[in-house]
Amino acid sequence: MAIVKLKINGKAYESDVDPEMPLLWYLREEIELVGTKYGCGIAQCGACTVHMNGTAVRSCVLPVSSADGAEITTIEGLSEKGDHPLQKAWDELDVPQCGYCQAGQIMTAASLLKDNPKPSLEDIELAMGNNICRCGTYHRIREAVKLAAEKMN
Amino acid sequence: MAHSRRNFLKAFSTVSGGLIIGFDWAANKAFASEVIKTEAAALNFNAFLSIASDGIVSITSPNPEIGQGIKTAFPVIVAEELDVDWANVKVLQADLSPAFDRQLTGGSGAIKHSWERLRKAGATARQMLIEAAANKWQVEARTCETSKGWVSHSSGKKLSYGELAEAASKLAPPTEVTLKPVDSFKLIGGFIKGVDNPSVLTGKPLYGIDLKKEGMYLAQLIRPTAFGMKLKSFDASEAEKMPGITQVVAVGNRVAVLGKSTWQIMQARKKINIEWEKDGNLESSSDHDKLFKEYLDDTSKAQLQRKDGDVEKAFKEAAKIVEAEYQCPFLPHSPMEPMNFYADVRADSVVLAGPTQTPGRARASVSKLTGIPEDKITVELTKMGGGFGRRLDDGYAIEAAEISKATGKPVKLIWTREDDMTGGYYRPAVRYRFKAALDKAGNITGYYSKGVGINTGNPMRQDNFPAGAIENLLIESYDHKSTITTGPWRAPITNFLAYAEQSFLDEVAKTAGKDPIKMRLELIDKVVKNPVGKITYEPERFRVVMQTAADKAGWGKKKGVYQGFSVYFSHNSYVAQIAEMEKKKGQPVLTKVYAVTDCGIVINQSGAQNQIYGAITDGLSHAMYGKLTFKNGEPLEKNYDTYRVIKMPEVPQVEAHFIDNGIDPTGLGEPALPPLGGAVANAIAATTGKRLYSQPFNMADDKVESYL
Repeated sequence: MAIVKLKINGKAYESDVDPEMPLLWYLREEIELVGTKYGCGIAQCGACTVHMNGTAVRSCVLPVSSADGAEITTIEGLSEKGDHPLQKAWDELDVPQCGYCQAGQIMTAASLLKDNPKPSLEDIELAMGNNICRCGTYHRIREAVKLAAEKMN
Repeated sequence: MAHSRRNFLKAFSTVSGGLIIGFDWAANKAFASEVIKTEAAALNFNAFLSIASDGIVSITSPNPEIGQGIKTAFPVIVAEELDVDWANVKVLQADLSPAFDRQLTGGSGAIKHSWERLRKAGATARQMLIEAAANKWQVEARTCETSKGWVSHSSGKKLSYGELAEAASKLAPPTEVTLKPVDSFKLIGGFIKGVDNPSVLTGKPLYGIDLKKEGMYLAQLIRPTAFGMKLKSFDASEAEKMPGITQVVAVGNRVAVLGKSTWQIMQARKKINIEWEKDGNLESSSDHDKLFKEYLDDTSKAQLQRKDGDVEKAFKEAAKIVEAEYQCPFLPHSPMEPMNFYADVRADSVVLAGPTQTPGRARASVSKLTGIPEDKITVELTKMGGGFGRRLDDGYAIEAAEISKATGKPVKLIWTREDDMTGGYYRPAVRYRFKAALDKAGNITGYYSKGVGINTGNPMRQDNFPAGAIENLLIESYDHKSTITTGPWRAPITNFLAYAEQSFLDEVAKTAGKDPIKMRLELIDKVVKNPVGKITYEPERFRVVMQTAADKAGWGKKKGVYQGFSVYFSHNSYVAQIAEMEKKKGQPVLTKVYAVTDCGIVINQSGAQNQIYGAITDGLSHAMYGKLTFKNGEPLEKNYDTYRVIKMPEVPQVEAHFIDNGIDPTGLGEPALPPLGGAVANAIAATTGKRLYSQPFNMADDKVESYL
């Protein structure tokens, strides 16, 4: 066990936890932020995507100790009122089917738009190309990222 | 409270496009005036809806939501008949309750089953609100009308539903209600966003895996490493000493690990020494390949599914014979949310909660397991992170109850992704043989097909098209009993049968020298004029989707575009698809799929389109990449690193069209999946000349991967 200090969605946390525990399980079970999802546990599906210091990371394989001192943003902290342009675009185009992977999709897209505010179709496909959606909402995700980028510019 | 289908009597006449419906209100009078608690006193008109004095209408959606959009579509139907502003509707998910029947998600059957019930629920409430207003104004009810949550009178008087709700609840319920004419729908057929979007998009707890209850323990199960193995013994002494681990117990053929943290349980699993022993056949995919050949050749291994005319004679007299075989592998469902369930088995009651397509089945099974009567078992329905048929199974709910019973603790069982992919209940593996006899003019005079499967049951749909169009037809099957467990997978049977049949029809058309769509239309003509035997489909609806697809895609009219056609009837809906490929720098690329669907009235354009996009993507993913391989009973693909699922850059454009025919709505969660494999295989054959006889396509031909 080890003391880990994290700043999650702007709030400071200090916990005595197994330093090897992935950030995903810390978020879901230690501080009960369950918006970040478990999908595969091996960084293959992207359902667990969060931001560490503003960059998209797969929290299911990130030991909580390596996030020590970092600023973490989860879907719950992406915007105060659920009104980030991506969240609005996702709703406007009615992207979700089962919805389970969408937090990870949105967090991946948010990281993309932060680095590249005017992504081309290829940029979007490259950035979003490793997030699995079993319902097959890819068509609308692609459109929603485009729409959010347009509205942000 | 009893509120079964007995409460709704059948329609007895039609008037100007609307239905007059009789109600057996005696059975649910108590419901009609029952007050339930919301912010303002709400009046529960029936099990489906209540209206608060502030005008907010709460509509309860009884069926489990799995991503098919039922939690949005059901309330839309009620709200349409109630004539209320959608913005003032609040949707609640019902738990398992005797107030509803058919509270399950499966077979794309919910809308078809509940369409009339939901309309009547809304219409009844609307009529009572009108009567309440008419009484207040001392006018005749027929001189009043409704709009967006208001009742108005020709004199200009107006009252909101909220203001009328209490008075309406005190009225004697009507004996008959009038439903809106279909062509006057305002909400139905619109683009309506999913009611759960705000929660989904902000990460609110919704799914079974998110559920937390007071005093709850977490649990995982270690299953035998292969189908055909069972638990012999285990030593958990080291694991039980690990931090956060509460208990390790054997539960039937599995070992349950209980604790307070998923991560700690995952670590403890690695430290348990388990000895498994052989309990049955340890089968490999290579064994199945041999068995398929053997069974297809062995005439004694054939169960007759349908016989019309004299097939033997037709083949003897044939000018040409076309023969082909198609094969499909086992598939896991791999929904994004792995299986999980909460159970608290107490002395005389059970609390269950979690993601299930069949809550009633879970309750019945847990009642059987515990001896506790069903009325002492509650089932809370959570949203499901996909399912594709996997959650029709009640196995994981029973497992949760078994662990709770064995340990005396409330537990939430969570499967890991590896547990999920290796946990069985797969789409079965199958192989089909087809044979068609053609006369000199290229007409099909005889048709034979035999399907053999592994725990598939009957892999044929013997009364579906092209049966009914061919005079001499023989359909047979054979099922191999295996230790590998199987279950329904999105569009059961038809998800592979359609690929095989529609590919074969394309080969027949080629041999006959006919256009694939024209040949199918000729067959439909034969069914219309002189159907052979029993058929399950309506030929005219088939014809319309085929012709519309040909029109929309410009069939055969595009230069440099190679097209593949496929059409299928399943779950009471008709879907025709045309897949298009183009050569870009000499390289074939799958660019677009057109889908024309007849599912009757479209309730929600947005939800319906989502189902088409989703089914096409899902169908393509599994036709291209999906395969679960077995070696000595062990599934080799255990996670998404080896089990490939389609990703965004690989999906073609999709153009979805619906036939607007005003017919009562039918299923949409599944029907757009079956035709996809055939459309793509036919497009690939048209582009490259190569016919793909087995799925996944990327293993049949390694070039295929580059087509996406």
